[in-house]
Amino acid sequence: MNDMRSLERDVDTNDVKIAAKGVQVFYGDNHAIKDVDVQIDDKTVTAFIGPSGCGKSTFLRCINRMNDTIDVCRVTGDIHIDGEDIYDPRVDPVQLRAKVGMVFQKPNPFPKSIYDNVAYGPRIHGLAKNKAELDEIVENSLRRGAIWDEVKDRLDAPGTGLSGGQQQRLCIARAVATEPEVLLMDEPCSALDPIATAQVEELIDELRQSYSVVIVTHSMQQAARVSQKTAFFHLGNLVEYGETGQIFTNPVDPRTESYITGRIG
Amino acid sequence: MTDASLNSPDASRPAKSLTHEDARTKKRNASERRFRMYGVAAIGTGLFFLLALLTAILSAGLPAFKQAVVEVPFTLTQEEYDEAEKALLKTGVYTEYFITSLSSTMDAEGVEIEFDKKAVERLLGKVGGELRTYYRENEDDLGAPIAFELAAASRVDRYLKGTFTRDDLQAGNRFFMPEDFDLIDAMREAGLVKQVFNWNFITGVDTGVDNPGGAGIGASVLGSFFMMLVVLVLSLPIGVAASIYLEEFAPKNRFTDFIEVNIANLAAVPSIVFGILGLAVFIQFAHLPQSAPLVGGLVLTLMTLPTIIISTRASLKAVPPSIRDAALGVGASKMQAVFHHVLPLAAPGILTGTIIGLAQALGETAPLLLIGMVGFVARYPETFVEGFFEPNSAVPAQIYNWAARSDAVFTEKAWGGIIVLLLFLITMNTIAVILRRRFERRW
Repeated sequence: MNDMRSLERDVDTNDVKIAAKGVQVFYGDNHAIKDVDVQIDDKTVTAFIGPSGCGKSTFLRCINRMNDTIDVCRVTGDIHIDGEDIYDPRVDPVQLRAKVGMVFQKPNPFPKSIYDNVAYGPRIHGLAKNKAELDEIVENSLRRGAIWDEVKDRLDAPGTGLSGGQQQRLCIARAVATEPEVLLMDEPCSALDPIATAQVEELIDELRQSYSVVIVTHSMQQAARVSQKTAFFHLGNLVEYGETGQIFTNPVDPRTESYITGRIG
Repeated sequence: MTDASLNSPDASRPAKSLTHEDARTKKRNASERRFRMYGVAAIGTGLFFLLALLTAILSAGLPAFKQAVVEVPFTLTQEEYDEAEKALLKTGVYTEYFITSLSSTMDAEGVEIEFDKKAVERLLGKVGGELRTYYRENEDDLGAPIAFELAAASRVDRYLKGTFTRDDLQAGNRFFMPEDFDLIDAMREAGLVKQVFNWNFITGVDTGVDNPGGAGIGASVLGSFFMMLVVLVLSLPIGVAASIYLEEFAPKNRFTDFIEVNIANLAAVPSIVFGILGLAVFIQFAHLPQSAPLVGGLVLTLMTLPTIIISTRASLKAVPPSIRDAALGVGASKMQAVFHHVLPLAAPGILTGTIIGLAQALGETAPLLLIGMVGFVARYPETFVEGFFEPNSAVPAQIYNWAARSDAVFTEKAWGGIIVLLLFLITMNTIAVILRRRFERRW
């Protein structure tokens, strides 16, 4: 695959979806994220890259407040989605997470049927009035997850019985079933083989039509292939953020250059 | 130059063959063989003791499930019935009828022996009364041949089982005379003696020392049942709710740490302490009825709670956090994540823990002694509610009670009671295993 093709890729819109300002994250005494400012565009794939432990996943988990579930974690600073402060005390994280879907590093389908995996989100949010509507949501989500054709004959089979790549696509289908506006993906391909990875990447590109996608990845090739914008994190700092083509071909910061050329990380 | 080159193999070392064990390998292999042998020896010892225990229990307890009966064919005509009902000592007349029938039956089998009414009553109890009761209730059977099965007295039973011999009989025993042995032998020779399953042991109630053979474990099984109901209804919801709160919702601070340590400690508190606590709190302070299964159940609930909480927390902990993340990630609330996803996955573990906790409570005796559940209970509760409030015993307490009595028949009953208790425990543990197998899911 030609990485350079990202050079010609243009960005459709420049509406800001997520605006983070002065975000600091502490795990107990450990200062994990140091003063990160970033503006993530709507209908764009944004990649977070950086060496292990640089805080990219932590920052991702701030966007849907999954860090709230960790007792020792403390977040300061502002993150706005569509102009609303998501750390406002009046914001219910449950509502936020319906709007900001998440796909995890390890495929984690519920140990239930494929149908129930996808239907769970719409059910708890009351998105379907009746069974027929729910069926439709499930089918559409599985189609968007590019897994419909493989599972349409066995929707009652357990989701945990699928292969790793299928499970991850099922998880993506589950995430899009709740009609989120932002989709966060935490290394979605790290447990997948190259073929499944290619399928998921194709899917990410399609999802860009309707969502703002933020993807954390360890693979710089993947970042170059799927994203329009890239942010490079290092030791809790956002070192550089810009157009993917520019980051990979003409980075401003020497640390970015060292990382993408393989000298650090 | 790297450090690795410092450790390069010494050229002077002799080459070794892989097919030849060197001294070190030999030593290692020998120690592994030794360890395996220790393991086999340990398991063998355990199995030996288990086998010895089971043999002892079964050989001593199984006779309690068998009862010797004397089967005598008997026919009563309408005239004989009318005549007997007119007599002054009605049951005495019935006894005479029975003796006539018994003699003729034995004569027909070619066995000749002289015996009197007293001897029959010593061996088979109040025969006349039994016959009269039967015919007064079943007048249709008059004139038809009936095979009466009469339970033999406990000494007869033991004589037939070989645990009571002619040498054991002490002179002056009014309940048993030396000539009675001859009568039993004669009846046995005539083929009248049978061994049947002793249903009375399962369904009966405790009896006094004058009738050890009639004692049954039924009432105390019911007592245990009502206690287990109380324990289940109280400890399962309280235990599971407490564990879910502690494991999923409670903040981790000194206070919850303190609670956690205390729960672990409570599980190790001797059961007699719970017994005295129950006596003080439930009976002396709250004035709940003494010896009632309700109080027994409350005390056992206190004992079972830590067990259930610990096993529930362990099975909640065993649910991978990725499932919680997945649920929260699609916008489920914390409670939805717990009740829709975590709890169903933890359920087999919780059920197993609960059943094992219940089994533990079922076998507990010490706290029951303190709240007075070892009394003599000779009747069943009449209603469901009475089952909780009326004085009753429990299986282990009943066993303790029987074992403490001097008559050897009661000792046999105690062993039989142990078998009943073990059957219940094995059944409960089997259910636990089956539930675990059935609902266990992999992720």
